[in-house]
Amino acid sequence: MSRTSYREALREALREALQRDPHVFLMGEDVGKYGGTYAVSKGLLEEFGPERIRDTPLSELAFVGVGIGAALGGMRPIIEVMTVNFSLLALDQIVNTAAALRHMSGGQFSVPLVIRMTTGAGRQLAAQHSHSLEGWYAHIPGIKVLAPATLEDARGMLWPALLDPDPVILFEHGQLYNQEGELANDMVVDIHSARVRREGHDVSLIAYGGLLGKTLEAAERLTADGIDAEVIDLRVLRPLDDATLVASVGKTHRVVIVDEGWTSGSLAAEVMARLVEQAFYELDAPPARVCCAEVPIPYAKHLEDAALPQVTTIVAAARAVCGK
Amino acid sequence: MSEQNAPGSAMALPPGPIPTTPVPFESSLALGLLTDMLRIRRLEEKSAELYGAGKIRGFLHLYIGEEAVAAGVMRALKPEDAVVATYREHGHALLRGVTMRSIMAEMFGKQEGCSRGRGGSMHLFDAKTRFFGGNAIVAGGLPLSVGLALADRLQGIRRVTACFFGEGAVAEGAFHESMNLAALWQLPVLFCCENNLYAMGTALRCSESQTDLRAKAAGYCVPAQAVDGMDVVAVHQATLAAVEVVRTGQQPYFLEFQTYRFRAHSMFDPELYRDKAEVDRWKEHGPIHTYTARLKAQGMLTEEQFQALDAQIGDEVDKAVEYAENGSWEPVANLLRDVHTPAGGSTA
Ligand SMILES: Cc1ncc(C[n+]2csc(CCOP(=O)(O)OP(=O)(O)O)c2C)c(N)n1
Ligand SMILES: [Mg+2]
Repeated sequence: MSRTSYREALREALREALQRDPHVFLMGEDVGKYGGTYAVSKGLLEEFGPERIRDTPLSELAFVGVGIGAALGGMRPIIEVMTVNFSLLALDQIVNTAAALRHMSGGQFSVPLVIRMTTGAGRQLAAQHSHSLEGWYAHIPGIKVLAPATLEDARGMLWPALLDPDPVILFEHGQLYNQEGELANDMVVDIHSARVRREGHDVSLIAYGGLLGKTLEAAERLTADGIDAEVIDLRVLRPLDDATLVASVGKTHRVVIVDEGWTSGSLAAEVMARLVEQAFYELDAPPARVCCAEVPIPYAKHLEDAALPQVTTIVAAARAVCGK
Repeated sequence: MSEQNAPGSAMALPPGPIPTTPVPFESSLALGLLTDMLRIRRLEEKSAELYGAGKIRGFLHLYIGEEAVAAGVMRALKPEDAVVATYREHGHALLRGVTMRSIMAEMFGKQEGCSRGRGGSMHLFDAKTRFFGGNAIVAGGLPLSVGLALADRLQGIRRVTACFFGEGAVAEGAFHESMNLAALWQLPVLFCCENNLYAMGTALRCSESQTDLRAKAAGYCVPAQAVDGMDVVAVHQATLAAVEVVRTGQQPYFLEFQTYRFRAHSMFDPELYRDKAEVDRWKEHGPIHTYTARLKAQGMLTEEQFQALDAQIGDEVDKAVEYAENGSWEPVANLLRDVHTPAGGSTA
């Protein structure tokens, strides 16, 4: 075991990938000289040089598209898009090319591309810097969507993502970078399953990414009400691991889904639909969800807090589905 | 009619000699430009302090060092013109006529702010002065400005839209697509590129194959000129001439202001990408002290007058902070307000 942070765990994963495979390179805005917008790639330029830690101009559409081309050409690019907000400038390349190429070429061309981006709100960055669009990306067939919420996943998800022959998007929540803890030195993680992060019998709380921590905290608080909550970390947002979710609800018979995306058309809506389809007769209460209020994220802190899922709102939703 | 710089006559970067020639403006304009720059400077110095104190949060991008650009340009525009800016826009908003106190209140997140606390530092808006924000997506404002000019054209209104953006924006597709449309449709947009040599930590020479930005405008048949953006006189003169072309000719024009930000990109930037000597060299060209020296040399300003002006601005800043402190938080019950326009029209 050694002490580390989410940021350092991501950096170690990058370093390992760059060391293990000469085809791997990192490309994006300010990954090199600036030291990484969130300091994830700090020091890697000095270690691996400007060919493999490649600063790009402000050209999201182009450098994501170039990543796709490089992947087709035999490389294993890791593209850093500074934040999910700016990935919208590259959406065309991600959706119309990366996700579709394998299929529309009749299986001839796979795109082994990894895209990393910061996501989420909570830092008073207002409406253009606070999106949680993971659910949008999870809508698209042809890509895998990962949301590392723990140090293990921050450290472990990159390598299997690079081994995947198809495009994988990794969402790093901006609130997690400073999270610290102990990490086993030889851990390995998969990129296909959801994980039970806390066992319980009364209600399943399903969360991912930046809200896993708040959801675990809510579960602790619920013990005071005599509610024993199970917490599931989705980890993989596409394809969803239905079996783990259905098994949990089969045990608890009640469910609350926690998602930082806006309520309408959210990933939470998809999870809920699947549980209703696959576990309807297991449910003792209508499923509930705690999502972002349907408003662009406001700057003022009290309004931003009110828009986002909080421990108190998760607790309240869990109590309500438990009839307490 | 303003002359384009001839190709090859690019102003060498870093800039040429510090200007020492007399200021060719009558006193009220000459002192007005100084007042403008100083108001931005003192507002932002206070903002940085208040950021440290936790009163202002989120991202805060300071314009310190670049004040001559906003000052010289704004005084060349008319009230009916439109302005589109970036997230580094405190100075533009202020000189466009947004009150200092409503800017400060916005940065505090109070409902007395110019965007009612919803926008913060990066999203200052003001319909009254036709200040269309405060856009924090690099190059996001360029298409908007072309659209504003198109609306004027379609409605037969002859006015100018000034669009500010950093040199980093010229790498985005939105820049190229906007330049092309503005030229193709001959729309009255004044493109004001604030070339401070860096986009976060990426130097212009590390991001552009062609670092002469005028050449990019020329590629779309938009007339272009490079200007010493540290010299408020040069900025104002060049902009007056360019605005004249845009207004009377109803066509686009591209001005590249060569300038420099003295502070970090935002409050989180460790500035690993440039050395202190470079920053110090540019500080010698500081727009306020070099201009003040010229005014004094020609007898247009005394040290006492400068001190009095500075004290008066300090007072304005203090009052703005007090106003922001005394402002109120919008009730949480209003959270969902202004996602859509209510029946009956705007709430603004
Ligand atoms: C589309 C997009 N990509 C990335 C960013 C992150 N970002 C914010 S400011 C900035 C640098 C922009 O530089 P420049 O246009 O030169 O303006 P300056 O900050 O120097 O005034 C970057 C990369 C963004 N806001 N928008
Ligand atoms: Mg710049």
